[in-house]
Amino acid sequence: MISHPRFYWGETGNVLTTPLFKLPIPSSRALVPTGYGYVLPDQNGWSRYLHFQAAWVVVLTGLLYIISALFTGHLRKNLLPGKADLSLRAFSTAIANHLRFERPSEAEAWSYNVLQRLTYLFVIFVLFPLVIWTGLAMSPAFVSALPAAVTVLGGQQSARTIHFFVSLALLLFLLVHVVMVCLAGFRSRIRAMITGRAGTHMERL
Amino acid sequence: MTDLSRRKLIITGLAATAGISGLGVAARIAQRYGLVPPDHGGIYGLGETLTYASQRLLTRHSLAREFHPSQISKPPLANEIPPLNDAFKRLQAGGFADWQLSVNGMVDRPAAFSLAQLKSYRSRSQITQLACEEGWSYIAEWIGVPLSQVLDVVGIHPQARYVVYFSIDPTWWESIDMADALHPQTFLAYGMNGDELPVGNGGPLRMRLPRQLGYKSVKYITNLTVTDSLKGFGKGLGSASPEAGYAWYAGI
Repeated sequence: MISHPRFYWGETGNVLTTPLFKLPIPSSRALVPTGYGYVLPDQNGWSRYLHFQAAWVVVLTGLLYIISALFTGHLRKNLLPGKADLSLRAFSTAIANHLRFERPSEAEAWSYNVLQRLTYLFVIFVLFPLVIWTGLAMSPAFVSALPAAVTVLGGQQSARTIHFFVSLALLLFLLVHVVMVCLAGFRSRIRAMITGRAGTHMERL
Repeated sequence: MTDLSRRKLIITGLAATAGISGLGVAARIAQRYGLVPPDHGGIYGLGETLTYASQRLLTRHSLAREFHPSQISKPPLANEIPPLNDAFKRLQAGGFADWQLSVNGMVDRPAAFSLAQLKSYRSRSQITQLACEEGWSYIAEWIGVPLSQVLDVVGIHPQARYVVYFSIDPTWWESIDMADALHPQTFLAYGMNGDELPVGNGGPLRMRLPRQLGYKSVKYITNLTVTDSLKGFGKGLGSASPEAGYAWYAGI
């Protein structure tokens, strides 16, 4: 991103073509016209290695998570919203409570509300698959085996642009998620995440 | 809280042992079938090996996407090039008439080819995309001779596993495995968009490898060495790229 803070739509894009938009940041390459009088140091080598290593972690743990969520009932019990939650009335109550920063009741506090459920489903089944797909669509080797992966997105540069926005959305989710964990009680929530036992804490009280 | 039972402990221990020995066996098999890249050491080695191995299994024979002539980028982009050395300038002054590509290593008939000789072979062309690791890309028509044809002329030994290629600047070198070296779209390119290959795009002779990022398509090629091991080249990481912190395999 820093080595080429310009984004395009279609198959190709470079300093000679018109970008869709530019990020107002300096670049680590002298050839990119940024308006800044200096060039940042190149950090692409190790950060690319880290990126692809992290990508494998995401793919492998993600697969493990989805398979176990299917088999343990986590998906059905904790993530899919109940029928009652999806009525317009319940939905608007949930949004209103959320906007009023109302603290959840004791009973609600240990399960996900409908907004959480829908957000998690969106992150798990839309954002993550999309970020992996658009990433693979930028790989010249991968698309040699599966050209449709990039052509249906409109081209390699389109894939890069979508990849950028989806990563931003994931980053935003992470930030909001961490803030909410802190607001909901950092210690008890982290304990629940690690042990998977949300109930024990309550039972002891 | 449940106590960690002895049975659980034994099962976990056995599973961990099985897992670790399974990984060991997998590594052996991967090595044997050429699925481990030369830069597999270090903390990023696992991710790099998974990428290379999975793409090798998936893309051994697949062809890079080719485009319609109307999709050729106009004007063609000539990226930043390193300062050209005196040897290059001398050859350039002579119109590259004395440019030579030497081929040696594990070959039956080591040889040196002039540009005219390379051009005497049936030329091929491909309209493919060059994607740079930085994020930009362009499409051009590349004209040249498939590397496999040159390798046929010199006769490679059956145990050959890699082709190492050097630019006229000896610090700029890369290598590829035989799947890429024998791939029909891997060219020694001497022409572009129906014309001579401009110096800015790697003329008079560059490697062209459309299934990997641009930095594998080294410009100003003067030597090919066929080998069964990359250990003796530079730091043994496969090419100059890992020595500068970039991955050896760039199919991403």
